[in-house]
Amino acid sequence: MLKISADRLNDLFNRIASEQTLYIPVDHEPNTAEYRKYEDGMKLSESLNTVRSAKDFFFPQTENLAEFKVEGKNIEVKDIREESGDFVVFGVRACDARSFSILDKVFLSEPVDSFYKNRRDHGTIITMACTRPAETCFCTAFGIDPTTPEGDVAVFSDGKDYFFLDCTEKGKKFIESVSDMLEDGDTSELEAVREKTRGIMKKLPLAGLKTDSFGGDKLNELFNSPKWAELSESCLGCGTCTFVCPTCQCYDIRDFNTGNGIRRFRCWDSCMYSDFTKMAHGNPRISQLERFRQRFMHKLVYFPANNDGEFGCVGCGRCLSRCPVSMNIVKVMKTLEVK
Amino acid sequence: MNNDTLIPLIGVVTDIRQDTPDVKTFRVNALEGGKVFEHMPGQCAMLSIPGVGEGMFSITSSPTNKEFMEFSIKKCGCLTTWLHEMEVGQQITIRGPYGNYFPVETELKGKDLLFIAGGIGLAPLRSVINYVRDNRSNYGEVQIVYGSRSKDDLVDYQEIISEWQDDPNIQVNLTIDNPQEGWDGHVGFVPNYVKELNPSTNKTVLVCGPPIMIKFTLAGLKELGFTETQVYTTMELRMKCGVGKCGRCNIGHKYVCKDGPVFRFDQLDELPDEY
Amino acid sequence: MQEAMIKRAAQLLADGTVNRVMGWKRGEFVYDTTPAVFTTADELEKEFVCDDFTQANLSKYLVKESRKEGKILAFLKPCDTYSFNQLVKEHRIIRENVYVIGIPGGPKLDIEKIKAKGITGILSVENENYTLKIETLYGTETMPFYEAVSGKCSSCKSRKHVAYDELIGEDGEVLEPNRFDMVEKLENMTSQERYDFWRGELSKCIRCNACRNVCPACTCENCVFDNPKSGIDQKAAADSFEENMFHIIRAFHVAGRCTDCGECSRVCPQNIPLHLLNRKFIKDINELYGEYQAGADTTSKAPLNDYRADDCEPSVVHERGVE
Repeated sequence: MLKISADRLNDLFNRIASEQTLYIPVDHEPNTAEYRKYEDGMKLSESLNTVRSAKDFFFPQTENLAEFKVEGKNIEVKDIREESGDFVVFGVRACDARSFSILDKVFLSEPVDSFYKNRRDHGTIITMACTRPAETCFCTAFGIDPTTPEGDVAVFSDGKDYFFLDCTEKGKKFIESVSDMLEDGDTSELEAVREKTRGIMKKLPLAGLKTDSFGGDKLNELFNSPKWAELSESCLGCGTCTFVCPTCQCYDIRDFNTGNGIRRFRCWDSCMYSDFTKMAHGNPRISQLERFRQRFMHKLVYFPANNDGEFGCVGCGRCLSRCPVSMNIVKVMKTLEVK
Repeated sequence: MNNDTLIPLIGVVTDIRQDTPDVKTFRVNALEGGKVFEHMPGQCAMLSIPGVGEGMFSITSSPTNKEFMEFSIKKCGCLTTWLHEMEVGQQITIRGPYGNYFPVETELKGKDLLFIAGGIGLAPLRSVINYVRDNRSNYGEVQIVYGSRSKDDLVDYQEIISEWQDDPNIQVNLTIDNPQEGWDGHVGFVPNYVKELNPSTNKTVLVCGPPIMIKFTLAGLKELGFTETQVYTTMELRMKCGVGKCGRCNIGHKYVCKDGPVFRFDQLDELPDEY
Repeated sequence: MQEAMIKRAAQLLADGTVNRVMGWKRGEFVYDTTPAVFTTADELEKEFVCDDFTQANLSKYLVKESRKEGKILAFLKPCDTYSFNQLVKEHRIIRENVYVIGIPGGPKLDIEKIKAKGITGILSVENENYTLKIETLYGTETMPFYEAVSGKCSSCKSRKHVAYDELIGEDGEVLEPNRFDMVEKLENMTSQERYDFWRGELSKCIRCNACRNVCPACTCENCVFDNPKSGIDQKAAADSFEENMFHIIRAFHVAGRCTDCGECSRVCPQNIPLHLLNRKFIKDINELYGEYQAGADTTSKAPLNDYRADDCEPSVVHERGVE
């Protein structure tokens, strides 16, 4: 496999950044890694994952859809879409990499969302295999192997070198474009590292999490479970879980008066919010119970019902560490599972 | 880049009719004349005034109308209030058509049809009724039961009087909730009236109206011997995108804007009770 | 402590004094405790927890809980009793429907501070003479207890309970921490430096509303930021300055009512030091209207709700703003 030694990683970053925009996770504060646009000298984060997921690259928190000029009774629509520039996201974990295929099922299904597709077409995802999973990790419950991440290119580290494996045509092209910086490497130590990680995965506290009580065929029995009342009791109705979640993709469309026309934008929304389904004449989800239930039913029942059994969760563990009251999908699954 | 459904087209309001004290019907044309797009009966369109908001409305005109689209809109929120204040010539943004439609070319073909509507619930059914009238030979008997709070609240009353009631191939039964001067027709709620009329159970039913009316109508139909597989309705939930992506109009795993708005009651029965 | 609490709660349930108990529920890990209502001794025995990680302020839940049938027992730490009082004062909590047991406060631990040391795969955390012994998937780690103390506890304002029906453990004293140190530092900055500081912090905001929803002073039935009729119910930044205004407007709205419980900063997923905005208001109120602690009692008039002839003139704002 082609590799680059760890001390030359930044040389590679500089090379990539000279050709297209590069984003890498950096630790700008302890324990709050985030993706930043690469600038010379930036150090790749040592954290397992970023606080916010990588979904922002394709589905940003706020984006403009169109602009309108309103003059008297006349309206003019301006298509403000621009072709995205090419970019590379380096260091995406296996969980987030899988989240892209989940988001694809939403945004690339007919009618295709051109805003999402534009960025998807121009982005190259370079994933990085995990070596130090956290106690909050449960990606294996959803069939994800963190030692073999998806993406366009998968990168593996044995501590001394970074090894590059192309997974798609786009990935192949990428590796070719930097191949003069890479050399053939011996992967024997790498295999030992991966084996060790797999051993840790088996020992994770959530390693035994089961999904067989969930899925599209469990619609009404799960919806009508009496346990939602207890589960949702402490929920604050904030959007933290939604916004840090790599697969949550619900959005709102709003208009903003710039003073010089109307800008229509789309922004992340949360089914946990009280006004999410509010209409001029009523609201079908009147209490936090219904809203809380919606979020988990979506991931564990509705999404698999519409997508050949695939769950809408990748087990990244962000909601486990960020919920202000420590309520999360794992607790929901454990409470609702049929034992 | 390909067209994106979220980027709307422009329509112009070419006629405004005050139907009831709180319902107006708006005629919409493309800027160059004709229709902005084609649709099927029961489908919806997202109308908007930039800066005010977007809202999903059923297209009340029939696809057989080749000149324009119409929307009957009840004043109830921010956007609808704005729309009610519009004058002819106002441009609006429009995107669609969205959702499925009443199966006029498949399941409903050749059937005896019973339309049951309450209040503004006539809007989506009017599209089907006029489609059926324009393709009359494809369908059996047609009966319309329509009720409102009062005579003044019957939407499209002029069209009902001048066209539907005069049509020998259609039976029209109107009712209002309370007695009123100048009204010699039936008085009473729609569900009860349907029971009194005792329609033949070989009819296929299309029902739309306030949730409470639909609930009691369905119960009444069941008493008369109708089954859920014979009854269609159209749903309304908060919709934003119109394409099953924004995540708010779902009932269980079905998105009203994409998998609906038209559902048969046996289909709804399988879904969680959250609408 | 936990045992004594469970025992007393079970007694009060058994003798009918209360029909529910508000406390914290054990989670998946040693640190992820969740506010919960218990109705039986059995549930308490199995799931009730009160330890170094039970940070959450339970007061706000009592707004809803005190409106339900029967009386609820609530375990409140000293800081939580200030929020409780303030909510009673604002007629948000129905006092007679709550039986308050005051329990000693922290210092509580913040798992994020442990993780910030690079410690991951955490399986257990033991406090051995103020050294934390942390078992992880990758071996045993140690760190000083005080380096893991949560932000809100490290500037604790009071170990005294200002509202309770009974106490478990001893009551403490009102403390005089240096809680305004950072505010002073900000005041001493140039306006440009201060602006940069806050833009830097607030631009991290993802508008998840966790700060607002956890805040015991934010109990409006319909928040202006959720109300379509307000015209400012934007969920995300239409321009980035708008999200900054969300926090500043919120700070204005809770001024004089914020007890400085620290929950806003505790829950922020982006680690924005939101409490500093509130502390600035508290400091200003203290300086302009005399020392005042929201929630210290249920009867005194709040400075911003009370007119006195010697109140400072509005021009003070202008004068203080001049550099």
